[in-house]
Order: sequence, then C-alpha cells, then structure tokens
Amino acid sequence: PVSVSRVAAAVATSSGRSYTTHSQLPEEHQMIYEMCRKFADEELAPNAGKWDKEHAFPTEAVTHLAELGLMGINVPGEYGGSELDALAYAIAMEEISRGCASVGVIMSAHNSLYLWPIQAFGTHEQKEKWVAPYAQPIKEDGTLNVGCFGLSEPGNGSDAGAASTTATLSDDGTEWIINGTKAWITNAHESSAAVIFATTDKSLKHKGISAFIVPLDAEGFSLGAKEDKLGIRASSTSNLIFDNVRIPKDNLLGNPGDGFKIAMKTLDGGRIGVAGQALGIASASIDCAANYALERQAFGKPIASLQSIQNKISAMSVARDSSRLLNWRAAMMKDAGEKYTKEAAMAKLAASEAATMCSHQAIQVLGGMGYVSDMPAERHYRDARITEIYEGTSEIQHLVIAGDVFKEYKG
Amino acid sequence: VKMSMNPFCEIAVEEAVRLKESKAADEVVAVSIGPKQCGETLRTALAMGCDRAVHVSTDLRTDYMQLQPLATARLFEKVVESEQPDLVLMGKQGIDSDAGQTGPMLAALLGWPQATFAAKVDATGGDGGLVVERETDSGTETVTIPKLPAVVTCDLRLNEPRYATLPNIMKAKKKKVDVMDAADMGVDLTATNEVLEVYEPPPRKEGIIVESVDELVDKLKSEAGVLQ
Repeated sequence: PVSVSRVAAAVATSSGRSYTTHSQLPEEHQMIYEMCRKFADEELAPNAGKWDKEHAFPTEAVTHLAELGLMGINVPGEYGGSELDALAYAIAMEEISRGCASVGVIMSAHNSLYLWPIQAFGTHEQKEKWVAPYAQPIKEDGTLNVGCFGLSEPGNGSDAGAASTTATLSDDGTEWIINGTKAWITNAHESSAAVIFATTDKSLKHKGISAFIVPLDAEGFSLGAKEDKLGIRASSTSNLIFDNVRIPKDNLLGNPGDGFKIAMKTLDGGRIGVAGQALGIASASIDCAANYALERQAFGKPIASLQSIQNKISAMSVARDSSRLLNWRAAMMKDAGEKYTKEAAMAKLAASEAATMCSHQAIQVLGGMGYVSDMPAERHYRDARITEIYEGTSEIQHLVIAGDVFKEYKG
Repeated sequence: VKMSMNPFCEIAVEEAVRLKESKAADEVVAVSIGPKQCGETLRTALAMGCDRAVHVSTDLRTDYMQLQPLATARLFEKVVESEQPDLVLMGKQGIDSDAGQTGPMLAALLGWPQATFAAKVDATGGDGGLVVERETDSGTETVTIPKLPAVVTCDLRLNEPRYATLPNIMKAKKKKVDVMDAADMGVDLTATNEVLEVYEPPPRKEGIIVESVDELVDKLKSEAGVLQ
C-alpha cells in the first residue's frame, strides 16, 4: 500500500497555483493562447493543405513565428529568448499545431530538442554561440537559423543506449571526430546546427554516450534524402551523415558520459511539446467534425442531432480535454521544479492516442468528405499517426510510466 | 462573455504604434471605456506597443443601449483634458452599435479639426500637420489638417494590425493601467435617445427571371415601385 506520508509530502511540496481551464490562466498565458490561436487561424490553417501537398517547408510562416518570439519560447532573455514557462509552451504548441501540425513539429524540435539541452547543460560560451542566434533566429539576410536533434540511428530508435555513432578525441586532443549516421531527424534540411549523441566509451555502454553541438557546415557532414512521409509533410525528415566530421573540443555538451542523461531529460520536456502538437491535431479534428455535423443534413435534419454522431463528438472531447489536463499537469510540475518524467510520458501517451482517435472519428463524421483533400480531416488523420511514434513510442511511454509507478509501490 | 477589441480600434492602435515607431509620436496612451473586460483589451493594446493605458470603468452597457455616443465623447473629452494629447486616433465606429458618432462628437466638443474614415495618415510633412486620405462611397478624398491637435477616425484599409509578440506580451505586464470611475468624472451619463425597437431587416427575396423587357418594366412599376 502507498505510504500516506509519501502522498502528503507530494502535495505539500508542489508550489504555485494549478490551472485547469483557459479562463483560469494568468493574464499573459491567456494572451499567448489568444495570439497563437489568431495566428494559427489567419496564417497557418488556410495554408496547411497547400504546404502538405507541396511537401514545402513554410519558410515565411516559420519566420513569422520567429518574429513573434515562438522560436525561443523558453530561453531566458539574456540569450534572446521569450523567457516563458513550460505551461505557455504547451499552450502555444497546441494552438500552433491546430493550425498546421508540420509548423508545430518544426517549432517543437527547435525549442525542446535543440535549444533546451544547450540552455540546460551548456556553458555560457556555448549558449552565446549556439542558443542566442537560434532563439532570435532571423539572420541579417532574412534567412533562419534552425536547429535539430540527433539521437535515433538506422540501427536503434527505442534502444537509445545502443548508439553506434562514435566520437573520438583527435591525437592532439583539440577536436572530436564524429562518425556515424542519425536517422529520422526533423528539420534536418533546414538546420545549421544539431545536438547529437555519440559513443565516446563503448565499454561503459549507455554511460559512455556523450552529447555534442555540431555545426552542419562542417566538412564530412552530409544530409540523407528527404523521407517521403505519411504526414507532417511540410517538415523535412532525413538522415544526418557524419564522415570524419571534426568539431572543436569545446563543442562537447556537458561532461563525457552525460549524453544519455541529457537525452532523457531533454525528451521529458520534448514530450510536453509533442503532447501539445497531438492536442492541436485532436482539437482541429473536433473543430472540423463539429462544424460539419451542424451543417450536414440527413433524414431532414443536421447530423449533429443524431445520437451516434453525438457519441463520437463527446468521446473525442473527453479524450482531448483529459489529455490536455495531463499535459498541463506535466508542464506545471516542470515549472515548479518537480520531477515530471512519469507525468510527461502520460501526457504524451494520452494526447497522441487522442489525436489518432479524434482524427479517425472526424473522418467518420464527415463520411465521404472526410476521405478527400477538400476537407482537412484526412490531413489530420495522416499528421496524427506520427505522434504515437516519435519522441518515444507509446510502448516506451508505457515502460517509463510503469517503471515509476512500481518504484512508488516498492517504497 | 469573451470580449475583444473593436476591429476598427485595433487599426487605430496599430496606426498609433506605427507613428511612434516612425518617431512622429513620443508616447501612445490606450484608452477604453467600459466594464472589467476592458482591462484585457487594454493589455492587448499594450502588447501591441502602446506605452500605458487609461481604463474609464463603467458597468453601463456601451452598445448604445445605455451609454451613448455623446456621453462617451464627453468622457473622452475629460481624458483628453487631463492627458493633453496631440492626436486622438479612434476606430470609425463600434461594430456593436455602428453609430460612428463618437469621433466627430469628440472633435466638436474639443473644437479640434477632424478627419474620419482614414485610409492613410501621413505625418511626414514636418510642418506639425497631417494629410489624411478618407474613404467615401464615391472614392478617396484627401484632407489636410494644417495643425495638431486633431481627431482622426480609422477605416478598414488604413493598416493590418500586428500580432502581439511574446516579448511584448511579457513587457505589457509591467506597463501602467490607470483606472477611473466614469461616475466620478462630472459627466452626465444618462441616455439622450431611447431605443424603441431593434429588428432584423426582412429577408432578401429571391430574384426572378423575366421573359421580356416589357415584363421587366411592368414589374419595376407595379412590384418594385421604382418607376412611375
């Protein structure tokens, strides 16, 4: 049985207020919610279908996102960021992704996976060089500094500890030499820098993995071909190929052997972002289905009056609302400085399953119209699917959650 | 009920912020008259770039049913007397009552020049005046205001309001909002007009296809009543 004193301790140490609805949010979170929502409605949703069809990186929209401060959302002001908290990030991710899920993943990979680990584990010099120009990513010539994150490899995804990419210190000790391939990298084709993980000491197994910051204009670096994906097609996904790529010794992030820990901590926060993206897709699906049901007539009345449609809309709303609460909880715990690994995993697991369920049912509500590209339901269905896979498959999330739950019982 | 900034007022805020960015103005003060929710819309104005805000608080309905344009203009007159601005920018009308009267009434009360339905405001003459292009039903009219202060009301084509950036949303928190009670400002707030009835116009009837010019002329006489 769970020790009562443990439960009491958990309640006592959580600080700050808890918010469960948009109307309860503090003023600036409400303003961020409204601004992102308006931007998504006016600039993202009307173009998302076109970007998806053309597999086109929406440079103008991402530039506009950067102008609004959304590409450095959690970075402190001294490094050019917007200094907002995890709750604001979760809210912004949902609203932006509701407009376009591809723009959502571009934003989340850049913020959670590239900027966060350097901000959390980097030296002041590393932050000046690799965070500041990426938190305010619009260069003088108007082009963007985008970052990416390379953990997965062709030979290992879930088995992150088996990293076969290597980093060897040069003979004179001034450079690391990177060899290997990273797979499934979001933003690969638009990025100028990457946080990657490589084995520095194979004998230590996962404790022998280190994290590095790699400028992607380095000699020996090349990109793989863009993957032809089912969804989130406006974001680029490809391999990063390192063939004797030399980087300065100072590009080691954290200490040697810290890589696995850095990766896991990064993914905790990244899961809040991906949960936000999944929630956006779920919400867009509900919006699409509910609006359609109120207009479409069958048997002399709008199909919204039919119980089977009502049951679907209700189930979709419960799935979306409950996973949003899980995500806000994880974000608020992160902001309060509490350990939030289990809660972030629960949020990502629930939200991604909600996204697939809601988009599946949205197509069902729309009937034939759900199957054609005239309506966005089919795109939401295709976009949703990846959320159960990346940043930790649902199966991995189950392991993370169960591991923490059993730990509590073992006491 | 969720309230939001009147779209024409948003255009006025955008124009004011642009005047500040082009150094034509030193300070932009956002003013709103209404209930508690005005606080939120003023924060949005601050997040768009206004420097500070004044909230004239009242729970009277501001959609013409209780607080009407003349009283509203008189309240703004009091704010102008205390703030001494060089330019008052307003939306051409509120989309709840569509009266379009407050701006012209305020100018008259102050004895200031006015230019309404502005589609372009040019303060670059360097002579302390403005050149305003006005939208009218018969086209664009250019009006010169030789000397400030003045009142300008803003129309749809004047500009495209910006989104509040995250850094500006954060900065807005620290900007000053002064609140004053409308009842304490020495203005008679009672309605001078009485709303007798509000009704929808009759639904537009379907058009009909006529077989001949004679039939058309006949229908224009007997049904549409536009020919004698």
